[in-house]
Amino acid sequence: MAHESSYVPGNAVEKWIDDRLPIIRWSKEHLMDYPTPKNLNYWWTFGAILAFMLGVQIVTGIVLAMHYTPHVSLAFDSVEHIRRDVNGGRVIQAVHTTGASMFFAAVYIHMFRGLYFGSYKAPREILWILGVIIFVLMVTTAFMGYVLPWGQMSFWAATVITNIVGAIPVIGNPILELLRGGFAVDNATLNRFFSLHYLLPFVIAAVVALHIWALHVPGNSNPTGVEVKSSRDTVPFHPYYTMKDLFAIVVFCIPFAWFVFFAPDILGHPDNYIMANSQVTPTHIVPEWYFLPFYAILRAIDFNIFFIDSKLGGVIFFAGAILVLFFVPWLDTSKVRSGSFRPIFKWFYWLFVANFVLLAYLGSAPAEGIFVLLSKIATAYYFIYFLIVLPLLGRFETPRELPTSISESVLKHSTPVGGADPALAKTTH
Amino acid sequence: MATQSNLAHQDAPQPGRRDFLYIAAGAVGAVGVAGVTWPLINQLNPDASVLALASIEFDLSGIEEGQSVTIKWRGLPVFVRHRTAAEIAEAQAVPLSDLKDPETDEQRTKPGHEQWLIMIANCTHLGCVPVGESGDFDGWFCPCHGSHYDSAGRIRKGPAPKNLVLPPYEFVSDTLVKIG
Amino acid sequence: MIKTKAIIGALLVSILFAAAPAAAQEGGHSTPEIKKEPWSFAGPFGTYDRNQLQRGFQVFREVCASCHGARLMAFRNLSEPGGPEFTEGQVKALAAEYDVADPSVAGGTRPAVPADRWPSPFANEQEARDANGGALPPDFSVIAKARGTTQPFPWWILNYFTAYSEGGPDYIHAVLTGYHEPPAGVTVPEGMHYNEYFPGHNIAMAPPLSDGAITYEEGETGSVPQTTDQYARDVSAFLMWMAEPHLVARKEAGLQVIAFLLLFAGLMYLVKRKLWAKVEH
Repeated sequence: MAHESSYVPGNAVEKWIDDRLPIIRWSKEHLMDYPTPKNLNYWWTFGAILAFMLGVQIVTGIVLAMHYTPHVSLAFDSVEHIRRDVNGGRVIQAVHTTGASMFFAAVYIHMFRGLYFGSYKAPREILWILGVIIFVLMVTTAFMGYVLPWGQMSFWAATVITNIVGAIPVIGNPILELLRGGFAVDNATLNRFFSLHYLLPFVIAAVVALHIWALHVPGNSNPTGVEVKSSRDTVPFHPYYTMKDLFAIVVFCIPFAWFVFFAPDILGHPDNYIMANSQVTPTHIVPEWYFLPFYAILRAIDFNIFFIDSKLGGVIFFAGAILVLFFVPWLDTSKVRSGSFRPIFKWFYWLFVANFVLLAYLGSAPAEGIFVLLSKIATAYYFIYFLIVLPLLGRFETPRELPTSISESVLKHSTPVGGADPALAKTTH
Repeated sequence: MATQSNLAHQDAPQPGRRDFLYIAAGAVGAVGVAGVTWPLINQLNPDASVLALASIEFDLSGIEEGQSVTIKWRGLPVFVRHRTAAEIAEAQAVPLSDLKDPETDEQRTKPGHEQWLIMIANCTHLGCVPVGESGDFDGWFCPCHGSHYDSAGRIRKGPAPKNLVLPPYEFVSDTLVKIG
Repeated sequence: MIKTKAIIGALLVSILFAAAPAAAQEGGHSTPEIKKEPWSFAGPFGTYDRNQLQRGFQVFREVCASCHGARLMAFRNLSEPGGPEFTEGQVKALAAEYDVADPSVAGGTRPAVPADRWPSPFANEQEARDANGGALPPDFSVIAKARGTTQPFPWWILNYFTAYSEGGPDYIHAVLTGYHEPPAGVTVPEGMHYNEYFPGHNIAMAPPLSDGAITYEEGETGSVPQTTDQYARDVSAFLMWMAEPHLVARKEAGLQVIAFLLLFAGLMYLVKRKLWAKVEH
C-alpha cells in the first residue's frame, strides 16, 4: 500500500536529522499515519497486546536474571530468594510466569483470528509464516524458561521434551547428548537453557519487526476480507488504533493482574515447588497448559505406522501439527478471504476451535480409558481440518455475497443486524 | 452520522471540551507508568537478606590484650584491636599538629572503652587492607603504596589522605559491640 | 453489543485454556475429596491471623521441626510485618537458642542471629533417612505451595474466579487429621501408618499431633481449643505463611492495581469512544 509521506520537518534541527536519518519521518509514516482499515474489531487488538506482552516479558526477565543463579544446587533457592528477599520480587516473578501464560493466551487468540478471517491469504503469506516462526520461537523460549526454577516439573519437562529428539533414527542420540551437554539433564543443560532463554526473546523481537514490516507492505486485512479500495476505507493508525489498542491492553491487564496478585501459582503445578530430583518422577507429569494440545498429539500416537515406531510417530505428528501451519496459505483454496462469508467453513472452523480446546483437556488428562480414543479422534480432526477440509471446501462451498468495499459494508451494517457473528462485530453510535 | 463522512484523515480532535477527558486519561496513564517503573528500579536496592546483615553484633570477650581480629561487616573487612596500655598512651601523646588528618585518640574510640579500636580495614588511599603491627608508627602499614598508620589508625606517612574510617558502632555491654 | 460478546468470548476461551491443567489429577483413586477450609488468608481480601501464625509456629517448633527442616526461612522473617510478627527481641532470643554452622568461627558453630536461616535438624539426607526408618522428611520451607488439592470437573473452573490458592494448607490439614485405623482388608506395611488423605494411604510419619499435646498460652483473643484439628489448622496456616511470607502485601497491592486498572480502562474506553464517534465503522 504505497502512500506518500505527509511529514514536513518542523524546524532546522528536524530537517538536519531528516536528511541524515529519517527516523522521525519513518515513525510518522509507520506508527502514526499508517492507513488502517476502519472496520477492525477487537480481535485485531491482540497484535498490540502481544507486542506489549513481549515487552513485559523482556523487562521482567532482565530483572529476574539479575537475581537468579543458573546452577543445579542454587537455582531453586535463588528463585525462592527472589520471591522472599528481593524488593517486590514476589510480584515481578509472578508477572513473568503468569505473563508467559497470558502471552500464550493472546497468541492463540491472534492465530485463531487469522485462521477465521483468512489473514494468511495472498498477499500476506510471508506475514503469516513469520507469525508461525514467532510462535515456534515462543514455544522454545517458554519451554526453556520453565526449566530454570529447577523444580520437579522443570527437570522432568526438560528430560521428556529433550527425549523427543532421541526418537530420530541413527542421529537421535548424538543430538540428544549435544542438546543436553551430557547423558542426562544436568547443570550443563540448565546453563545453556538459561543462556538461550535470555537470547531468544531478542530474536523474537527481531522477527516481530519483520512481521510488522510484512504487515505494512500490503496493509491490514479486515473482518470483511475485502481489500482497502480508497482512503475512505481507512483511518490513520494514530490516534484511532493507538487508543483503541491501549484500551484493549488495559482491559487485558485486569485478568493478568488478578492472577499475578491473587493466584500467582494457579497456572502452574505444585510439584514445581519441589526441588528437581533425578531419582523420582512426579506421579502425574503435565506440561504448562499452553503446550497441552500439542502434548496430547504427541501422546496420541501409541501405535507403529509401518516401519515408524510409535515414539517417532508421535514426534512426527507433534512436529507436523506446527509445521502444517506454514502451509495454510496454500492449503486453503477458497477465493473468499473472511470466514464470515463462508457458511460451511464456519462450522468446520468452530469445530476446529472446540477440538483444540478438547486436545488441551486431553493433554492434561491421564492417558487411560476413553481419553486414549478421544485423543486419537481429536488429533485426526486437527490434521483433517488443514489437509482435507481447507483444500476441498474452497472448491465446493458457495460463499455469501461480498460487499464491494469496506465503506459499503460499514454503511450496510449501520442498522443493527440480528444474530450476526462476532466477525462482523461493531458498535453503532 | 453523515453518510459520506470521512473525518479520519483530519487531525486529531480540536481542543475544547474534550480536553478534560484526554488530560485525565493521560494523567492516570502517567501514574500507571510511574507505578510500574518504581518497583523495577527498587528491585536494584539491597534485598532483605543483605539488609539483615547491615548491622551485626560482635562479642569482644575472646580477644586478648594486644590481639587483633578482622571481621566482616557489610562485605568489608573490619579491624577490631584490643590495644595495650602502651599503644593507647602513645596514641594519646601525639600532638594534633603532627597529623595529616587531625583527630584525637578520644575521637577515635568510645569513652570508657579506649582499649578497643574498631576501624574499616581499607586503606584510605586505594582500598588495600593494611598489615597490622607494622609500619613506622606501631600501627598499620599498607604494602600497596606505603601508607603508615599509627596505633589509633591515623595516617602518618604515605599517599593516603585520611585516617582509617570508623564504622558506626556502639557498645551494648562491656564485651558486646554492635556495628552498623 | 456484539463487541462486548466478543470480548467476553475471548476471555472465556483464554480461561478455558487456562483451566485445562487442573483436570490433570482426576485419576480415580479411593482418596476422598479434600475439603476447602475457611482460611483467613483466602481470597483477594485475605490476611494472616497473627495469633494463629504464632500458635502455628509453636506447633511447628515443638513438633514438626524435630524432623523437618525449613532452610529458606530466616529467623528475621518471624518479626516481619504480615507474619507472626514476634518482636525483634523475641526473635533475637529465639535465634540464640539455636546453633548454626559458621566455618569462620572456632568450633564451626555459633549461636544463630536473626539474619540466619532456620537450621536443619539433620546434617544431610542420609542422616535424616537413618533417623526416620529410611523415609526422608521433606523440607517445609515451601511445602504449602508444593502440595495441592483437586476438584472434580467442572468445579475446578471456579478456582480461577475465586483465586483459590489454599490447596496446600487444605491438604496439610487433611493429612494431619486423616490418621485412623485402616479399613477392613487393608494391611499397612511395617513401619507405615494409614492415612485417609495421603496418596497411597501409607505414610511413614506417625500421627504427629494428638489432643492436648501442645499447651497454648492464653492469647490476646482468649483460649483456643487444644485439639488435633486446631493444631493442624494453626500449623497449616503457619506453613502457608512460611511458603508465602509476602502474601498480605501482595494482595493489598493487588487491590490497588485492580482498582487502578478499572479506572484507567474506563477512561480509555471513553477516550476511544470519543475519538471514534465521528468515524463510521
